[in-house]
Amino acid sequence: MPNLNINGRNMSVEAAGDTPLLWVIREQLQMTGTKFGCGAGLCGACTVHVNGEAVRSCQTAVSDVAGKKITTIEGLSAKGDHPLQKAWVAEQVPQCGYCQSGQIMQAASLLSKNTNPTKEEIVAHMDGNLCRCMTYSRIQRAIMRAASDMRTASTGTDRRNT
Amino acid sequence: MNEQVKITQGESTDLSRRTFLIGTAAAGVTLGYAAIPGMFGLDTAAAAPAKIDPSIWYSIGPDGLVTVTVGKADMGQHVASTMAQMVAEELGASWKDMRISLATNDPKFNDPVLGAQITGGSWSTMMNFDAMSRAGAAGRIALTEAAAGIMGVPASELTVRDSIVTHAKSKKSKTFAEIVKSGKVTKTFTPDELKTIKLKTPDQYTMIGVSVPQLDIPFKVNGTAKYGIDTFLPGMVYGKLVLPPVRYGATVKSVDDSAAKKVPGFIKAVVLDDKTGSTTGWVVAVANNYQNARKAADALKVTWDHGPNAKVSSESLLIEAKRLQGLDDSGLFFVKNGDTSAALGSAAKVLEAEYTTNINIHCPMEPMNATAMKEGDIWHIYTGNQFATRTGAIAAGAAGVDPKYVVLHQAWLGGGFGRRLDADMTVPAVQAAKAVGKPVKVIYSREDDVTMDFSRPLTYQKIKAGLDADGKVVAMNHDVVSAWPTKRWGIPDFLSPSVDKKGALDAFTVNGADFFYSVPNHNVRAILNEMAQQATPSGQLRSVAPGWTFWAVESMVDELAHAAGKDPAQFRIAMLDGAGDNDGGAQRLRNTLLAAMGLAGYGTKKLPKGEGMGVACVSSQERKTASWTACVAHVAVSPSGEIVPKKLTVATDVGTAVNPDGIRAQVEGGALWGLSLALYEKATLKDGGIEQSNFDSYTPLRMSQVPDVSVHIIANGEPATGVGEPTVTVIAPAIANAVFNAVGARVRSLPITADAVKSAMKA
Repeated sequence: MPNLNINGRNMSVEAAGDTPLLWVIREQLQMTGTKFGCGAGLCGACTVHVNGEAVRSCQTAVSDVAGKKITTIEGLSAKGDHPLQKAWVAEQVPQCGYCQSGQIMQAASLLSKNTNPTKEEIVAHMDGNLCRCMTYSRIQRAIMRAASDMRTASTGTDRRNT
Repeated sequence: MNEQVKITQGESTDLSRRTFLIGTAAAGVTLGYAAIPGMFGLDTAAAAPAKIDPSIWYSIGPDGLVTVTVGKADMGQHVASTMAQMVAEELGASWKDMRISLATNDPKFNDPVLGAQITGGSWSTMMNFDAMSRAGAAGRIALTEAAAGIMGVPASELTVRDSIVTHAKSKKSKTFAEIVKSGKVTKTFTPDELKTIKLKTPDQYTMIGVSVPQLDIPFKVNGTAKYGIDTFLPGMVYGKLVLPPVRYGATVKSVDDSAAKKVPGFIKAVVLDDKTGSTTGWVVAVANNYQNARKAADALKVTWDHGPNAKVSSESLLIEAKRLQGLDDSGLFFVKNGDTSAALGSAAKVLEAEYTTNINIHCPMEPMNATAMKEGDIWHIYTGNQFATRTGAIAAGAAGVDPKYVVLHQAWLGGGFGRRLDADMTVPAVQAAKAVGKPVKVIYSREDDVTMDFSRPLTYQKIKAGLDADGKVVAMNHDVVSAWPTKRWGIPDFLSPSVDKKGALDAFTVNGADFFYSVPNHNVRAILNEMAQQATPSGQLRSVAPGWTFWAVESMVDELAHAAGKDPAQFRIAMLDGAGDNDGGAQRLRNTLLAAMGLAGYGTKKLPKGEGMGVACVSSQERKTASWTACVAHVAVSPSGEIVPKKLTVATDVGTAVNPDGIRAQVEGGALWGLSLALYEKATLKDGGIEQSNFDSYTPLRMSQVPDVSVHIIANGEPATGVGEPTVTVIAPAIANAVFNAVGARVRSLPITADAVKSAMKA
């Protein structure tokens, strides 16, 4: 019965230790913003942060993240106003939207370390995240926009680095 | 040449048969479905007395919020938002007051033109523009008349803008909220009155043509958008599929659940008894949660009879296709103009070529899933679906009840692309729920989703065309051999009579071959590959037939241009002369091609060695539902045959752009879909099963493979057309033609491989 810290809350779940974190988050805790896409670490739809690093929750056993700080799309920002989320709206990125939680979480782990990424750095960081609607160009633009907004806002404010 | 589909079977409602009620009570509850408990969603059940329903398509609350009920599946094309935008234009509502909700499968939400709930074909905007506009206008008139009464001024002196009715002379105004709260809205429209409402002219638009923010985007960036897979019901358990190794035709011989019984939470193994024919040989492992269902599925020992298709492969499908094409009496004529035999016989030059496409898999990011629950006599099905009318019936067939006892609860679709026109996912959910007496959520693994896809069929086409001494195309015989995906649905209205009335053909396998070029002697034959029909039940994949017909036509036209010694773009322009039935359409396609050429700088500069530009131009699924799309592809080809797409310049004439940014998004995505199908996506059949299973073996385009895509929307004031699909079809031929321009290699099979380019370079 692993104890998990998700989005700042401690919770204990009834799950075998080998259960992928994805299924615990989605189907047991019913936090459905994290999506199932491939179950094999090939698409990135299930991306969450563990201690600030982007990981594929479908490939992460729940026993391996006990006591670690897990962040899902629901916990990325208090009011859905992370610079990336605002940029995603401004650039009208999502089509079907299904992959976008994973895209945003993957992008957030880049910007937490580098608020001035080049296009090449963005592509390298994002290439494991599939978007079947092929919104890739808008994703790139939104990351650039969010990075720019974060640089502008970074002088002394309490920017979140999830 | 087929007309657009009009479904006449079953319950069909259209605007003309509906009385358009306006009143302070919920007006929609007049159809028979009201008698079945649970048939209405919460929205209708909670209808407050002060709410008004100017049409079944929307209601206005006492808070002034306008909620549009959308009978179209929203799979990312933002069609729900588009419907709201069309209503808002005529209603005079402020965009910030617009809300959207998704309809159930209640027939009253059927498409006003199609007479069913089906989303596809790039049809939605074009076929709903008039109905949504009239619905909006009727609401505006009703609100205006009520406001006139309240204010004591003539209705004719009132203007409506931003959800406010204003009397300029007296400077009085009333908000929609105030008018609804007054309870004074009483106007009723007969169908004839609705028809006579004078709609705005384009110069009066304040909303159409504006890139208002899509209403579905805010909840798609914070994880709160609900897809079918996000359904939770009290007491719900989970099902995981156990599937046979062949795509279709297997039967279960035995199920040994002794090991599965040791999995905690395991409930039951359910062998499907699928009288709808959607599935064969499927078993569902049911358990208390999904992880345990997965473990139980792995532990089940199922043996199958692999059935009649166990030896079928992509190779055997192609051999069979070629055999069928070689027979004089195969297939049915979709186009038969002039005398192609005579014209080919007297042609100065005759070209003949074969074009093929491999099997393609939809792979929406949300794997197929459905949740089923029986409550009293009613089956509630929760799944995102593109064809509620048929899917409800299939679920009913799986449950063994009349379709009127099935309520399909729509969700946002995590991708559709045609995959969710099918209903297979409802069968395991319903039959597992029936077997265990609890609600069951069935989630396909990605492997289940890929191997049991209703795929784009393998296609084989042969074109024989003749040029006269002046280099004009005088004749074309075009044979198209494939599975017939739409025939599989078993709905006669979806088939079209052949031009010689000798039978019914699946026009959704040959659409596009009835192009807008002037070719005086022209035959198109649709040939069913029955072996493929049995072994690989196929489906409609984004753009459907034009995804392969334009591949062949636009490649062959290029080959003809080169044979005639002419520039391929100029050669097309000459063929788009607008003669006869092509008048209008041909000129628009020509103009679109010219626009793309201009924007790409086609023919204006010398390209480096190994680089080339190719053009293609296409219409849409049906001639009558056409948009006009052209592409100039710029590629670099390495000596080893590797293609690097450098730039895709796309122009598309959509008549009226309801939401220009939304159109741009569809064209961007469509272009990359086209590129993905052209270069990166290939599925193969072996021993009756699809060999690929996940994104390591079936490989849609990723971010690092995105070239520069330049999109240009032409809005010339013609009626609004659809954009979800056409750009998909123009890319592959434009790239192949660019490869020829670059290195002289002609490739005729999709996807295009470096090996194929290299060997064509040598040839």
